[in-house]
Amino acid sequence: MESIIQGKAFVLGRNIDTDQIIPAEHLVYSLSDPEEVKLYGKYALSGVPPAQSGLPLGNIPFVREGSFTSDYTIIIAGQNFGCGSSREHAPFALQVAGVKAIIAESYARIFYRNCVDGGFVIPYETAARLAETVKTGDELKIDIKANTVENLTSKETYELNALGDVFRIVEAGGIFAYARKENLMAQS
Amino acid sequence: MEQTITQKILARAANRKFVNAGENVWLNVDVLLTHDVCGPPTFDIFNQEFGEGARVWDPEKVVVLPDHYIFTANEHAHRNIDLLRKFAKEQDLPNYYDVGTDRYRGVCHVALAEEGFNLPGTVLFGTDSHTCTSGAFGMFGSGIGNTDAAFILGTGKLWEKVPESMLFTFDGEMPEYLSAKDLILQILGDIGTDGATYRAMEFNGEAIHSLPMEERMTLTNMAIEGGGMNGIIAVDEITEAFVKSKTSKPYEIFTSDPGAAYFSKTRYNAAELEPVVAKPHSPDNRATVQSMKGTKITKSYIGSCTGGKLADFKLAAKILSGQKVSVPTNIVPATVKVARDLETELYNGKSLKSIFEDAGCSIALPSCAACLGGPSDTVGRSVDCDVVVSTTNRNFPGRMGSKKAEVYLASPLTAAASAITGKLTDPRNYL
Repeated sequence: MESIIQGKAFVLGRNIDTDQIIPAEHLVYSLSDPEEVKLYGKYALSGVPPAQSGLPLGNIPFVREGSFTSDYTIIIAGQNFGCGSSREHAPFALQVAGVKAIIAESYARIFYRNCVDGGFVIPYETAARLAETVKTGDELKIDIKANTVENLTSKETYELNALGDVFRIVEAGGIFAYARKENLMAQS
Repeated sequence: MEQTITQKILARAANRKFVNAGENVWLNVDVLLTHDVCGPPTFDIFNQEFGEGARVWDPEKVVVLPDHYIFTANEHAHRNIDLLRKFAKEQDLPNYYDVGTDRYRGVCHVALAEEGFNLPGTVLFGTDSHTCTSGAFGMFGSGIGNTDAAFILGTGKLWEKVPESMLFTFDGEMPEYLSAKDLILQILGDIGTDGATYRAMEFNGEAIHSLPMEERMTLTNMAIEGGGMNGIIAVDEITEAFVKSKTSKPYEIFTSDPGAAYFSKTRYNAAELEPVVAKPHSPDNRATVQSMKGTKITKSYIGSCTGGKLADFKLAAKILSGQKVSVPTNIVPATVKVARDLETELYNGKSLKSIFEDAGCSIALPSCAACLGGPSDTVGRSVDCDVVVSTTNRNFPGRMGSKKAEVYLASPLTAAASAITGKLTDPRNYL
């Protein structure tokens, strides 16, 4: 597992539900066929209303027309990110698009579990209201050991909440890898 | 140590006497539910992680109910059904309800109850956020993703954080102009869409225990719209009568101890509440129907796991009997059984089906349909700038199809009254 995640920020508001992360009509593609998997990247965050997409300006597409991955690798969001439908296609779509980490004020439970147990992206929480200070396109650097994020564009550094118990699952790369390591699988 | 009903059920599943809110425990799962959208990727992960030839932990405990994308020409959707069929055959799953056969049931959360899978005291996980619906039966039900479901498929186990509980008590009699939808939208307006995140939402009080099971399922169904891990209602005579009419399997009844610790306790007097809607674009964006009256709508939609049960249609028929709708109105029964019941259930001597047909509604085949938009040929899918009044459970942007559409969540009574006038309308005008 890398110790630094660096990349461009894509900023969203609060209550971004999983229908906005990957609209239901796209849930029919295979999650294992490499060609079809790319479509999850293409349509990641395509359900976000344009005015709320890429704050503070808005009207910034997360994935450029004709592309299957995004230029943005860190999502910044407000409260309750990933609420709504339990579809694991949501964190998967973000991963396929190239996202490495999300920093939100809070998460809905199922989405948070899916991020961690599926090993898709790292869901960081922070008390800092980054969605109000970070701008889409800012260059961010997350220090995984120190639990901090530095905005290289504005030269500000913020604390992230420690991942706590789930760090070991994140570090292992998901619940299966973790369970094997800890000998928790009854059948293997 | 005194515990809530949720703690007691989780303690049983963890082979413990007590569990504390906040601790992570490994649970033995009683039933795993999946459907056509999340089943195929779950089975993929299972095969990948446990190896080809691996067997599920207990075929009797795996329930596969295709319901999301059923009546569509979308080939990818058909492929998903084929994948379910293949896995069910390979694993000899007795509880697979195949599409296009007389075993097809419809919306999974309603079918679980009809088929006797909801047993008090048990632990259900499902690859659908509305798995919390089953909590109406004094059991634990919660939604999970595909990876967690695949883990259960192979091991029968899952870790979960024991939730704190929030208690919502509804005192007094339930007025005839309210449905359970009004009660839960009231709560959501008070706590917000993340007000119950990682917590249990427990419902009690005279008004709750006067409700039929289907109405209770509307309450617990929408616990997830407050972020809740589960919604739960203790067992009473109505629950036991329902369960016994569906199955002879044994079950265990748990109740909250009087001194159990709660995160919060909120009381409502049912008689003081009013019909409400959730305005676009969030289930917590509550307003009274009265304050929104006259808002023009282009469509009315009565269906889904939360609003397409027989009890919902009985309420809608009370309003629509002898009336004509003035906007396109979709009646979408949740299950095949509900669809059949529309033909036999009478109101004022007429079947509900003929009441809806005479009123000018169109009746669709049972499935999740446009609740979550779905493929482009889905019945009732919102288009362009539609303004929909809907008995479904979620109205985030684009949920019913069009990103530009606006969805007002409402009770079946309000959706029916609004269908008549073409504007948001208080059902008391027709009662």
